[in-house]
Amino acid sequence: METRTLTLHVWRQNGPTGTGSFKTYEAKDVNEHMSFLEMLDDLNEKLISRGEEEITFDHDCREGICGACGMVVNGYAHGPRERTTTCQLHMREVFKLGWTEVWIEPWRAKAFPLVKDLMVDRSAFDRIQHAGGYISVRTGSARDANETPIQKQIADSAMDAATCIGCGACVASCPNASASLFTSAKVGHLGTLPQGVPEREIRVRNMVAQMDAEGFGSCTNHGECEAACPKGISVDWIARMNREFVRAMVTAKDDVDARD
Amino acid sequence: MSTRALTLTQTTIGKKALMAVSGVVMVLFVIGHLSGNLKAFQSPRAFNEYAAFLRTLGPLLWVARAAILVSFLVHVKAAMDLWQRNKQAGAGASRYHGQKKQKTDWAALSMYLSGPGLLFYILFHLAHLTFGYYLFGEGNVFGVEGYAFDEMNPYNNMVLGFQVWWISALYIVGVAGLGLHLFHGLWSMFQTVGANHPKYNGLRRDLAVGLSLLLALGFISIPVATLLGGLPPTTETFYFPELKH
Ligand code: HEM
Ligand code: SF4
Ligand code: FES
Repeated sequence: METRTLTLHVWRQNGPTGTGSFKTYEAKDVNEHMSFLEMLDDLNEKLISRGEEEITFDHDCREGICGACGMVVNGYAHGPRERTTTCQLHMREVFKLGWTEVWIEPWRAKAFPLVKDLMVDRSAFDRIQHAGGYISVRTGSARDANETPIQKQIADSAMDAATCIGCGACVASCPNASASLFTSAKVGHLGTLPQGVPEREIRVRNMVAQMDAEGFGSCTNHGECEAACPKGISVDWIARMNREFVRAMVTAKDDVDARD
Repeated sequence: MSTRALTLTQTTIGKKALMAVSGVVMVLFVIGHLSGNLKAFQSPRAFNEYAAFLRTLGPLLWVARAAILVSFLVHVKAAMDLWQRNKQAGAGASRYHGQKKQKTDWAALSMYLSGPGLLFYILFHLAHLTFGYYLFGEGNVFGVEGYAFDEMNPYNNMVLGFQVWWISALYIVGVAGLGLHLFHGLWSMFQTVGANHPKYNGLRRDLAVGLSLLLALGFISIPVATLLGGLPPTTETFYFPELKH
């Protein structure tokens, strides 16, 4: 089992209004089977035993499904491995790249205010979701799912969008800090399924209005989000959202309220 | 809670759609513009006859001019709005230590430079060949010794200008900027209007690369040919009543 010592430059910032800076730490005895978060846990244990304040970072499931653990590692949202969340990134991947110094930063976007150190507040995503990312009638319990026949290709495509875990890497990596990939995945996932179709016009308009109200930037089709997304959500969903949104704005019979 | 209705033009996607539509109108104009310019390679007379022919279009010419002007203004206004917004969103293409671009390219990253660059280039171009006769009359154009307009001879007005190295240089840089803008813009436009289909997505890139290259090289060929002596000024005299100012 390989172990190495790494130099970590970690962003430390007390709160949303403070000014942060990088602080340098030696991480000793990092072994290849540790996950990136376990390496930070280990460092935190040592910081605590030395009476220093531990590094705050967000995490929950540690199996790549909750979306909490986002951080930027040497310029890569969620680290250098494709389609992998930070919690699922093993140190052997970092060793492979020959990195001896690692710079760790929080997501940077005005709409994701910093909580502390590496942890940001992603509740803007929750508010976008609340604006329309649901179906307002009961669609039945689990066994009823098979009573609405859905073509395999459509179910698969909806599943592709539904895999979005709301981690925010798309916003973090976007040169414009746009939330288009997240919003389009949420709009597209329900809009693709028969249960979601009746509300698609109102859904896309409310969710886009909320996305804008949160102060995210606007998409200029760089594609950095797709490269950073741990779930491989495609920018095709953004094109679909754009189409669906403009169509709804032009043809829907009722208005929706503006949001600020 | 606000109770205003959401309008298309106040949203980011709506503004982007306006940019795409106005961009397409301008691209169509630019294609027409190039095909007209290339008549210079046919003969000075063909070029001047084409210039005179455009003036015979009457109301149609004004409709086209209005469409281009409106597109231009809409495009620039939407660009300014979104630019402002993106700055406030805490954006930046390299806001992390050691960040490298993964999917994007220089054309995409420089849209907010090539765009405003085009704005200045277009103003220069209009001051030169569109309103030049009003600005300089029969005097020296941009103060260049021996370079004066002949209102009956647009061909000479153009190639005499391109014999001035810095005027050619500005044009070459300007249309290269146009190529760069469209290299990303033409592809981006398909995404913006939601024209995507797995079967044809590859074609969107091909079209953007092909058309932006074709337009840039097409326009560049004229000053380059002039500087190399391939498009000499003509000594023929012309009279087209339509070209009278
Ligand atoms: C005159 C000043 C101009 C400015 C300030 C400007 C600015 C911009 C900006 C900022 C974008 C957005 C980039 C993006 O979202 O990726 C853009 C897109 C675009 N521009 Fe321009 N531009 C100008 C002129 C032109 C001209 C002359 C043309 C065509 C001949 C053009 C065609 C386009 C197209 C097709 C797009 C893509 C629209 C889209 O992504 O939906 N632009 N422009
Ligand atoms: S689209 Fe991808 S990067 Fe964005 S929030 Fe969803 S899972 Fe994360
Ligand atoms: S901790 Fe849940 S995705 Fe990483």
